[in-house]
Amino acid sequence: MENANNLLELLQKHPFTQGFQPKHLDKLSELGHELKFERDRIIFRERDESSFFYLIVAGKVALEVTALGRTLRVQTLSDGEELGWSSVLPSEGKHFQARALGTVKAIVFDGARLREVCEEDCSFGYALMKNLLHLVAERLQATRIQLLDMYSPAGAKA
Amino acid sequence: MMESANIAEAATFGEIPPDIMVPRPARVSQTGKETHDTFTLSVETGDGNGVPQFAPGQFSMLYVPGVGELPISISGDPEEHGRLVYTVRSVGKATHALVTRDTGESIGVRGPFGTSWPMMEARGKDVLIVAGGIGLAPLRPAIYHILRHRGDYRRLTVLYGARSPRDQLYRKQLAAWAYLPDTQILTTVDYGGLSWRGYVGVVTTLFRYVRLLPDRTVAMICGPEIMMRYVVHELSSRGMAAPDIYLSMERNMKCGVGFCGHCQLGPYFACKDGPVFPLGKMQGWMDKHEL
Repeated sequence: MENANNLLELLQKHPFTQGFQPKHLDKLSELGHELKFERDRIIFRERDESSFFYLIVAGKVALEVTALGRTLRVQTLSDGEELGWSSVLPSEGKHFQARALGTVKAIVFDGARLREVCEEDCSFGYALMKNLLHLVAERLQATRIQLLDMYSPAGAKA
Repeated sequence: MMESANIAEAATFGEIPPDIMVPRPARVSQTGKETHDTFTLSVETGDGNGVPQFAPGQFSMLYVPGVGELPISISGDPEEHGRLVYTVRSVGKATHALVTRDTGESIGVRGPFGTSWPMMEARGKDVLIVAGGIGLAPLRPAIYHILRHRGDYRRLTVLYGARSPRDQLYRKQLAAWAYLPDTQILTTVDYGGLSWRGYVGVVTTLFRYVRLLPDRTVAMICGPEIMMRYVVHELSSRGMAAPDIYLSMERNMKCGVGFCGHCQLGPYFACKDGPVFPLGKMQGWMDKHEL
């Protein structure tokens, strides 16, 4: 019971749940549990079929991609951010590798189960998808800016 | 019509010293490598008239004999007299000639020119500095000034974005400043290797880690124009008003004093009316096509 209250409290404080009604928060807390990753632990790998969606409560996670024989960090996520949003979509393998850069505390949800609950409860589903869309739009915008390579001499003239 | 009126106004020679277009001879007294393509030069003038004073945000025209003249922001401490410091990225023939000058070699210096960061207006307030790439260079004098007059300012926050860890300027200084009281230094890169444990992402993603009090903050921004647009958008969405936001604009400066019109930016000349502008003056001009 105490754990459930703690989880609810963590969810209430997490920016992802902004705009959720209390009943949505209750439902979300029933679906998630807390998890800890030690420093340098790989949370998931590129092309993994893992279907977990994480809300980061503390710590920093790097998203990495391996190309041309080297691994590049393309984004870092930390407390108050979300990891693995594609798990909420059906049949999506992971596009990046995620690595804990320090001790990471997160709330984890099974993506397939989240989808089922969204289908059953459209009000909950709308609240979740709305915030997920906001998150995806933010990531898309950041990626577009990154693609401009604006700090390079050519990019600066863009 | 507006253009010709402004050029005519700029060419009113009354208050302009007659030798303003003549470079003063200067000697490179020190050079240092900041990154793989960016160097910092210290120069001392050799004409016996001393080194001109400058205000944070101003620039000089640096002349490499036989190669050309370039506008370069002053990146040193405004209260360290006796030399002028410039951070230059080697991107073309003239900048390459400049950064490969050896200690003791000569260059020409005109200036300092242009407007400065609003150090007076920022007194008693939080100062938020947002820089991207080489844009940290013209902001460094403002940081030096704040650190020398720490009691005059409240919280200092520096957000700095670079292409990769190896492209970051002044790494040791940034790391040292992060330990100072009432000072928050956050850096991010667009991509990093496995040894980089800092933030990765565009500079605007750092705003989530900043406690911004819009009513008592002055923001100073310098970097690629596209970055500044997104930073302005972020600041506005967090409640900051245009009069408290200042930008340093880069244009093709040639004369440095508003004679030639090369750096015209709407009704302004970047060299004379800028390079530091309050946001209000730039609204409507920043995203104008082909300007």
